[in-house]
Amino acid sequence: MSMIAKVGDWFDRRLQLAAPIRDAVEHPVPRRTASWWYVFGSAALTVFILQLVTGILLAFIYVPSGSEAWSSLQALNHDVTLGWFIRAMHGWGSNFMVALVLIHMAQVFLFGAYKFPRELTWIVGIFLLLMTLGMAFSGQVLRFDQDAYWGLGIGASIASRVPIIGSSVVKLMLGGPIIAGATLSRFFALHVFVIPGMLIAFVGLHLLMVLKLGINEWPMPGRIVKRATYVSEYHALTKEHGAPFAPYAVWKDLFFAGVIILAVAACAIYFGPFGPTGQPDPTIIQTAPKPDYFFLWLYALLSLLPPSLETPALLIGPVLVIIGLILLPFLFGEGEKSWRRRPIAVLSVLLIAITLGTFTHLAGYAPWSPRMNAWSGDPVPERFVHHATALERQGALVFQAKQCRNCHAIGDAGGQRGPALDSVAVRLTQDQLIRQVIQGGGNMPAYGKNLSPAETTALVAFLETLHPAGQAAARDASRDAVLGVNQAKRAGIQP
Amino acid sequence: MSNETDLSRRGFFMKVGILFNGLVATALAIPIAGFLFSSITRGRANAYLSWVPVGRVNDFPEGETRLATFRNLYVMPTDGKTVDTACWVRRLAGDEFQVFAVNCAHLGCPVRWFPQSGLFMCPCHGGAYYRDGSRASGPPERGLFEYPHKVQNGMITIQAGELPTPGGTAAALAGGKPPCAAQDRLVSIQSGELSNEERA
Repeated sequence: MSMIAKVGDWFDRRLQLAAPIRDAVEHPVPRRTASWWYVFGSAALTVFILQLVTGILLAFIYVPSGSEAWSSLQALNHDVTLGWFIRAMHGWGSNFMVALVLIHMAQVFLFGAYKFPRELTWIVGIFLLLMTLGMAFSGQVLRFDQDAYWGLGIGASIASRVPIIGSSVVKLMLGGPIIAGATLSRFFALHVFVIPGMLIAFVGLHLLMVLKLGINEWPMPGRIVKRATYVSEYHALTKEHGAPFAPYAVWKDLFFAGVIILAVAACAIYFGPFGPTGQPDPTIIQTAPKPDYFFLWLYALLSLLPPSLETPALLIGPVLVIIGLILLPFLFGEGEKSWRRRPIAVLSVLLIAITLGTFTHLAGYAPWSPRMNAWSGDPVPERFVHHATALERQGALVFQAKQCRNCHAIGDAGGQRGPALDSVAVRLTQDQLIRQVIQGGGNMPAYGKNLSPAETTALVAFLETLHPAGQAAARDASRDAVLGVNQAKRAGIQP
Repeated sequence: MSNETDLSRRGFFMKVGILFNGLVATALAIPIAGFLFSSITRGRANAYLSWVPVGRVNDFPEGETRLATFRNLYVMPTDGKTVDTACWVRRLAGDEFQVFAVNCAHLGCPVRWFPQSGLFMCPCHGGAYYRDGSRASGPPERGLFEYPHKVQNGMITIQAGELPTPGGTAAALAGGKPPCAAQDRLVSIQSGELSNEERA
């Protein structure tokens, strides 16, 4: 017996772990599960471990104090050797972890792995997803900058809408009446102790069940899950035709995990750490806060929902989604596993993915937000005023000075909150333009109080020039009849 | 003594032991809950709110809306800059003021004042408000939050101290302001009257 074997033997007589570990590592799995489709769970676990390591490293320097957190992040970025790299790894690791957990979940759903007897594994997985999102949000708070500050304000505004106890929920969340030092400290406790502790426990439970119940077999169309027969069928797949997890299947997990860690590192090196943006100083209001990547879809949803639907959607929506996900394995615990025979499942995943993707894409350029600097930054293009009369040019000035540009694009520059006005004269007559400017409506503020009659006349004269060459401006034909063509001309109505 | 009675005696003691620990845990849970929920209980009866000065009356020109800052009175040593808060002060005339929270009534983003168009605009989801704080357009369901204020010895002070949120104390303090003053505006447009202040 070699020396190493003897030492190993000495330890194992006391620990007695070698046999159970060998059993776990070499447990038989169905042959077809040694697939590249089965690598996302282990990759999520690997990134979680990366997050634990980089998180602990960050805690060597980071100070969870309202007055010092921001400067300790600056120190990490600029003063501490490779501090920027550890921050970037942690930030990108977070993005990757959310993505991997979602992909893993979609794969498990499409492969019917949530069906009998793995219902509880699925439910624990839902809690793991919620905790991952909780880590993502609380992590954004620890990056205590302007986005974190106003992001907390958004969180508080949402929480305050809970009926009756809303105000108390806000104070509990913020640790006081306002977003301040106590808020950061409690999010630090959540992000560093509470949620990771729960995550570790739940990941352990999740893995334990994968070992006890076995990995989900490759779904074959027509192989129906029945509670009475499933266990013996699965037994045949593993014990009779199976192969040991290590090394038969594990090498793909190992390869993929390595590639993912390399990808996180590559993103970290290439893109660098996230922020921090400006200081968390509430008196600096020149800021347009945006959530991190994985909550962008929510940012879009909150802009696009009708106002009256918002509170119910925010408070009831998540509860319904979670209840639905928990009920899923009980409602559909038997039957087909293969995605080839489950068109509704495939369409659901596609629909959710496309919806989230679209919302995220929209949130990237936020067409619903006024462009705060458009009125001072994007001049009216010269071609719109080239042959204009003095009155029309005055109108272009009013158009600019009254911040119309913040919501209305012209010549492809400006806000997108309202419609682009390049051809507004084709759509609205002079009277309609005046009415729209003065009274607003259709989600446009009324400008009646902020424009003098002269300004309104000039502005509308300019707006009336906005029509494509060769396409006449809209006009109210009845005016010709009422006023007579000459008088209509004098009143500024183009025949 | 038989083995069986010995076992039941031990079993009884085990149950007593569990009960004892349960009592200890319950007793300890009271101060723990008291600590955990202190941020709520402390704020009962508006204890967080206080009157804080935002500036001298003459710092604010009549007919204009200016940004002012104030410092929360409820402060912890680790708060840093977060206790400084901004608000929009609108002086109508004389001692007639309106003081608005910068927090959008939709989800709390900081609104900016555009004097030229007389609008507060929010950069997040596109909420807009008129100069009197009433809702103009976008997702907010109400006007801007207004701080209660008073003018004393040439100083303007406001009652503040809590983050204004749609369901929070500040919203309740702002009171029964109609969510939209459209009615009002239509009347003044029809009568064709524009005061100097409104035209500014």
